[in-house]
Amino acid sequence: MQNNNRNLLLSGNEAVVYGALLAGCDSFFGYPITPASEIAHTAAAKFPELGRVFIQAESEISAINMVMGASAAGRRTMTASSGLGISLKQEAVSYLAGAQLPCVIVDVMRGGPGLGNIGPEQADYNQVVKGGGHGSYRCIVLAPDSAQEMCDMAFLAFDLAEKYATPVYILTDGVIGQMKESVLLPEPLPPREIPENALDIGRKRSNYFTSIYLEPDELEAHNVHLQKKYSSIQLKEERSEGYLLDDAEIVLVAYGICGRLACNAVDDLRHYGIKAGVLRPLTLFPFPVRACRLAAEHAKRFLSVELSCGQMIDDVKLAIDCSRPVGLINRMGGNMLSVEEIVERTGQFL
Amino acid sequence: MSTEKIIHGRSAGFFPEFSRRPGNNHTNMHYCPGCGHGILHKLIAEAIEDLEIKDRTVLISPVGCSVFAYYYFDCFGISVPHGRAPAVGTGLVRSNPDDIVISYQGDGDLGAIGFNEFIQTANRGENMAVFFVNNAIYGMTGGQMAPTTLPGQKTVTCPLGRSVTNEGYPLKVSEMVSALDSPVYVERVALSSGKNILRARAAVRKALNNVIEKKGFSMVEFLSGCPVNLKMNASQVNEFIDERMCKYFPLGVFKDIADTRDSIKRSSGVYAPEAVRKVLYPQYSSSSVSRDFQNPSPFFAKERRLKVAGFGGQGVLSFGHMLATMGKLRNFNVSYLPVYGPEMRGGTASCSVVVSRKKIASPVVDRDCNLLVVLNDESLEKFLPELKPTGVLIFDSSNVHVSRLRRTQIAYCVNASDLARELGDLRYANSILMGALAKLMDDFFLQETDKADFERVVEEAIRECFADKSEVIRKNINAFYLGKQAASRWNAPSDGQ
Repeated sequence: MQNNNRNLLLSGNEAVVYGALLAGCDSFFGYPITPASEIAHTAAAKFPELGRVFIQAESEISAINMVMGASAAGRRTMTASSGLGISLKQEAVSYLAGAQLPCVIVDVMRGGPGLGNIGPEQADYNQVVKGGGHGSYRCIVLAPDSAQEMCDMAFLAFDLAEKYATPVYILTDGVIGQMKESVLLPEPLPPREIPENALDIGRKRSNYFTSIYLEPDELEAHNVHLQKKYSSIQLKEERSEGYLLDDAEIVLVAYGICGRLACNAVDDLRHYGIKAGVLRPLTLFPFPVRACRLAAEHAKRFLSVELSCGQMIDDVKLAIDCSRPVGLINRMGGNMLSVEEIVERTGQFL
Repeated sequence: MSTEKIIHGRSAGFFPEFSRRPGNNHTNMHYCPGCGHGILHKLIAEAIEDLEIKDRTVLISPVGCSVFAYYYFDCFGISVPHGRAPAVGTGLVRSNPDDIVISYQGDGDLGAIGFNEFIQTANRGENMAVFFVNNAIYGMTGGQMAPTTLPGQKTVTCPLGRSVTNEGYPLKVSEMVSALDSPVYVERVALSSGKNILRARAAVRKALNNVIEKKGFSMVEFLSGCPVNLKMNASQVNEFIDERMCKYFPLGVFKDIADTRDSIKRSSGVYAPEAVRKVLYPQYSSSSVSRDFQNPSPFFAKERRLKVAGFGGQGVLSFGHMLATMGKLRNFNVSYLPVYGPEMRGGTASCSVVVSRKKIASPVVDRDCNLLVVLNDESLEKFLPELKPTGVLIFDSSNVHVSRLRRTQIAYCVNASDLARELGDLRYANSILMGALAKLMDDFFLQETDKADFERVVEEAIRECFADKSEVIRKNINAFYLGKQAASRWNAPSDGQ
């Protein structure tokens, strides 16, 4: 089943760099921040080894703007950060979405608000999944829960970024980022063509990127185009995974580390005779609306399990049109939920 | 409007028609009469035509009046966030070192909101030309104070005149950037008289030539007029530049060392799958088993949840890492979760390891622990309650004092720290403890063939964890066998439960 020669023990932070390089990523621009720093460390070692570009930028702001330049040049490019660093990037992410430039941004979440702490939280949900910067835009958001998915989703992230010409986030938490797991490395992609619209030698020099449209009608048309694109993403790219979901009366919705804890909690709940299941979104935008609705057909209650104040819970409620009660099981401040606590608090809802 | 005529024809560095400009006027630029941008645009357009670099020039439009520069230049264009042009330019030129990147910026863009991006890009010596238009005022937003507004100069945000005690002195960008070692060329010119414009023309070409020759970072500062916001006519503006601005911002070459610098060489990316595999895939596998091998002992059929804890610096994390590596080498799914934080040095350090043939759900071991390895008393006290009633305990009897266990729990110990000190380094303690684990596994859980394999996989894991350090590998393997020999089962004191 496994090929030992491709099997490595990697942290999620390391694995996402391996995945990105295997997916043909040309450049990494970043600024250190716990708990995402190992991404920069690994990139600093591996990108130059493959003759590719690594720059430690002077700030998160510069890093994401370097990404903008590399993306405009038609390259596969990425950055990585956490919480407060992502806040700094939001201006440029709005420009990237507006100018329809693809790139990959990894967010390994930590505790907030403000400086918060370096414990695992999932409190960047709103700023990443709902847009975050100015203007009406959305970014595709992938939610890996293991080092293997950190690696594999790098491929998916670049594919989707280019397919829809938009920034894609890989959103995870400090646990998934720093935990080491066995990872089966995928095959590298063959060299890729620089796209036709790139600002690059050999491409039409009339190519340009902008996000400014002075005429209101023009800007409205641009917005309508973007919204159509996001609708199409919602229609085609919803992804989720179910665990014991088919007959579940209690549906625990959880992503990242919480998804894994929820699976163990569901095992315990089933042991007590409670028909519980896990719905784990693999995409947070688009939120897996159809999977939620399908689960609602037999579910009596949904529970949003998250390491934030209750941010994802809004999407759960919207997905099922509040047709079932939706409860919240959460911790904040960098505290982890334990499996026992999830079981206990699920019990309180029954 | 329709009576306008172009007398000299337009430089081929410009589009023949400005069709990107909204509305019906595709002939003229949007700049006000007397504005310096029009002059500088022309100097740049002529230069990119004459230097034959149109096909590889990217002109970055900033935020400010020149936000629409991409309406006009017949080359690649991008409009970027306020002040970030040099960072975007960095991404462009690092992606393709043959690009000619022009970062066109005003005084607010470069001197205020984007000064960090500018100065850091200069300091990295990125191969690009920054053309910095200093007109001592904000144009597009309506005549507010710029970082280069002169002392006493009135603007809508310093209506009594710029006060050096309130707003500070004007920012001397050329002086500042020329103090750095990396930039190769810094000159301040003026877009006022014909003579000055000819100097500016030469400066544009010099900067672009430096980029063509990949000499690094060049900046030209252009003192420029903004008649509308300075509330002057064209000739008054020229006088303002020559008489007032030049006094504060003296013209001249601040730095010109391109001749002393070699061309920047950048590596090109490697993408051939074979080469990529060579860098990213492990060069060899420590594993002596095939990829579908599974240890036959029934012990391994279930998921096993392990915890290692002790003082930071006792090798707690490397012990956990070694356990995870052993699992990986025998085709298990493994997770290894270290607890970092302020406790890393001196305080309690711990890690969770899960080894399973199935997908691992929670990687956090905080209950139902199958194997607890402790290296100090605090850890024993803290984590023993998490050990399953049927769990096993391994401890360092040099430091840890166990008084009682459940009847169904088994403990093995070895005076690992003492033995390690005898071997000359406390860091061998964890390999010695691994010996105790091997003995326990032999005595209780492993079938005959797996007993030998356990020793083999420990050796393989030590080799993998210490990579090329053959002496360290040898000593750790010795320590492991020493530990296995010295380890013994812990027996409850007679008054124990």
